[in-house]
Amino acid sequence: MRPQDILLPTAAGLCCKTGGFHIDPVRPVERAVITHGHSDHARAGHGAVLATQETLDIMRLRYGDDFAGSTQAVRYGEEIRLGDVTIKLHPAGHVLGSAQIAVSCKDMCIVASGDYKDAVDPTCTPFELVPCNVFITEATFGLPVFCHGRAADEVRKLLSSIALFPERAHLVGAYSLGKAQRVIALLREAGYDAPIYLHGAMETITRYYESRGVKLGDVRPVRGMKKAELAGTITLAPPSATADLWTRRFPDPVTAFASGWMRVRARARQRGVELPLVISDHADWDGLTATIAATGAGEVWVTHGQEDALVHWCKTKGLKARPLDLVGYGDEEESETPLPVGEAEA
Amino acid sequence: MNRFAELLDRLAYEPGRNNKLRLITGYFREVADPDRGYALAALTGALSFKHAKPSLIRELIAARTDPVLFGLSYDYVGDLSETVALMWPRSSPSPAYGGGLGWGQAAGETAERKPPPGSPVSANALPRDPTSPASGRGAAEHAAAAQIGRDDPPPPTLSEVVTTLRTLGKTELPRQLERWLDELDETGRWALLKLVTGAMRIGVSARLAKTAAAALGDKDPHEIELLWPGVAPPYLDLFAWLEGRADKPVNRDPAPFRPVMLAHAIEHTDFSGLDPTDYIAEWKWDGIRVQAVAGRDARGHLVARLYSRSGEDITRSFPDLLPSLRLPGAIDGELLVVRGGRVQSFNVLQQRLNRKVVSPKLIHDYPIHLRAYDLLGDDENDLRELPFAERRTHLEAFIRKLDDPRIDMSPTIPFESWEALQAARAHPASAGAGEDAEAVEGVMLKRRDAAYLPGRPKGQWWKWKRDPHVIDAVLMYAQRGHGKRSSYYSDYTFGVWTSGEGGEQLVPVGKAYFGFTDEELLQIDRFVRRNTVEKFGPVREVVHEADRGLVLEVAFEGLQRSSRHKSGVAMRFPRINRLRWDKPPREADRLDTLEKMLKNETTPPTIEVAAATGSH
Repeated sequence: MRPQDILLPTAAGLCCKTGGFHIDPVRPVERAVITHGHSDHARAGHGAVLATQETLDIMRLRYGDDFAGSTQAVRYGEEIRLGDVTIKLHPAGHVLGSAQIAVSCKDMCIVASGDYKDAVDPTCTPFELVPCNVFITEATFGLPVFCHGRAADEVRKLLSSIALFPERAHLVGAYSLGKAQRVIALLREAGYDAPIYLHGAMETITRYYESRGVKLGDVRPVRGMKKAELAGTITLAPPSATADLWTRRFPDPVTAFASGWMRVRARARQRGVELPLVISDHADWDGLTATIAATGAGEVWVTHGQEDALVHWCKTKGLKARPLDLVGYGDEEESETPLPVGEAEA
Repeated sequence: MNRFAELLDRLAYEPGRNNKLRLITGYFREVADPDRGYALAALTGALSFKHAKPSLIRELIAARTDPVLFGLSYDYVGDLSETVALMWPRSSPSPAYGGGLGWGQAAGETAERKPPPGSPVSANALPRDPTSPASGRGAAEHAAAAQIGRDDPPPPTLSEVVTTLRTLGKTELPRQLERWLDELDETGRWALLKLVTGAMRIGVSARLAKTAAAALGDKDPHEIELLWPGVAPPYLDLFAWLEGRADKPVNRDPAPFRPVMLAHAIEHTDFSGLDPTDYIAEWKWDGIRVQAVAGRDARGHLVARLYSRSGEDITRSFPDLLPSLRLPGAIDGELLVVRGGRVQSFNVLQQRLNRKVVSPKLIHDYPIHLRAYDLLGDDENDLRELPFAERRTHLEAFIRKLDDPRIDMSPTIPFESWEALQAARAHPASAGAGEDAEAVEGVMLKRRDAAYLPGRPKGQWWKWKRDPHVIDAVLMYAQRGHGKRSSYYSDYTFGVWTSGEGGEQLVPVGKAYFGFTDEELLQIDRFVRRNTVEKFGPVREVVHEADRGLVLEVAFEGLQRSSRHKSGVAMRFPRINRLRWDKPPREADRLDTLEKMLKNETTPPTIEVAAATGSH
């Protein structure tokens, strides 16, 4: 059986004809399997949606109760039969509820990994390696210049800046699903126990994380705080808000941004970031290449990001590889358009 | 080196001018001689290391990384130094960046990558494939790292780097650079490479660095500009003066460069506040701005030099002009090619630019000429404080005395009102420029009473370029930009209509990647993403049909025939003038329009024909 008989890239996204479903479709389809809740992967308007309970909950929080015709929650490791194929969801370590989707038919197994990372994240289940014949990988940070280092070191940089500027507020730009909660959890791990403040757009998701047992300590809305009270504090906000009039409520704010993009100076400068924090929810170059090698897959399909470099690397390692040229992923974050709810992340 | 790297790093992230000044002045205050002097030299571009070429750095990285991956990374990052600094495979761990290429090279890093104990899937956690190249290095590297950790050489100081680079032979340089790159952390590597290649690009101009130095001694930055040609790195005498420990250094160069005065582009709204009688108008020549300086050294020998507008010594490229610079003085003017008494276009002049070898044939075929418009010094006298009208009188006398066919005066344009000047600007040939009209790119306005001030002082000099050609074209393809713009679709290929086999079709006529505002960039980027028809790597084909698509108003300076373009024409200096969201693509311009413009370009307008006949 050839892999393209199981999964095929189409305009709507990756399509499994025999199973009658799409993975992370960008257009409304009859049946969708969703890897995780970021808005470029999880869109409203599908007929039936199959995903982890957390992903379904996040979609409901963002799009309302009628975001899909019907839903089905699946546990990690649970096997589901769809037509001639079976699918199984495995943790992707990206954000809460994120999953890789293993699609098997006879002796062929394809893993669509969605977005993933192999670094430690106290707010979600760690990435699980799934041996497969074909591995479908993202390439958001698919260049050797992206080496993300330890998130704990970056958080230490933030804490020492707070010690240095006790009279200033620290505004940390972070994507509201996943990154914000991870930064809070990392701050708590580093021993920071003061209240952490939140931009209004982050409250719902953060409270949801807490309801799923993620311990975040004393987290409060920043709304209603007096300017002087915010000196020496940390507030998390969507990246678009940190360059907004909204920042005027803070005393002489230091603008930080927690993202893998901060590894490249021009990216930080472009956004007017003074304190770049290299914290990523995607695998870096070493993570991508080590994961690909470890899956044992002989063929690699690359979905979005820096496809060329990763495809090239695979070929130098004797792996069959090709870019899928799918349109619609990673785009919302890239264009940096302020979005009312849940911008895509990086 | 570390303190300097830290300064560069902070400057790179600091957007505010005042904060940049504070950072630099703070550095000069904290850091001792000679390091701070070399830092000033680095920031003002006064250091150059002849053997340290970007090509050498490319070779070093090529030996350690895959060339394709390097190419793609460089394209993405947009800065050679930063790309190499980020990609350099480390051989010792650095405290600043825990995550190098080696898996599990430090205990902490191994912990970072492993799931927390007790997690339900930790048994399945990503095993490090022993055959993967990265992990294969891990163990050996760990041992090597421990080894290095014990007798880690201290990172080099800035003075050490500068003096070593100056004395090191070409053959030893690569190994020395490699050693430093291994010793430094990511920020250090980045700063070292910036320093070595001389391409700082951290948003600090030479002027800003001098201003920061001036602030150290509470001096006027202008004073530093004037004495600058007389001082050299590491500027011990300059800092001594700034700190009140010594007298002001004197400029002893017999033919020094004077910082040039620049003009603002005039807007239509500016005219209402200006009185025509306050201004003198001249043609704006489409050549290159130069400063021709001659002076006598201590032994009475005449020294002559030609400088570019940024102060670069370009004397060696124009040996044919040198004999004409035989009177001590400093002329500000335009370098042009003049053949048979007629000024040639910039395209012709370009044959003389950036040449390493200047052959007799080149000199013969492209005779160089200096058209003078200002005199900054007459023998020992500094004229820069004088009003422009007076300097021009001095210049006329100077040129008369020089009496050299290669150097003449840039004529003034008589005018009574802005309307009259506008008419002259529209038809330079009939307004005095005559046969040279094709080399005129507009007019210059200079206040009669303006002193010669370095930089771009407000309201003194204005440039008023001829109106560009404008067409409406349709966006066809968009490509991602580089560096800062690598996340945006910022390079646009546009086309105009023509009749083809399949009826009306768009044919690409050019590519533009600037002219739009940041806000417009966001708008186009959004449009591109939402209207992509197909993706080819970094290029997107954007919808371009009669009723669907985006019309761009494209401005350009000229047209040329081109066999490389499908349309047969090539634009000079095209840029996006305006977004025409209001215009349906069907109403965009046609190739015929360009063909017609091309005819007008190559055959002079009727008014010139009579005058031009004689010279052919």
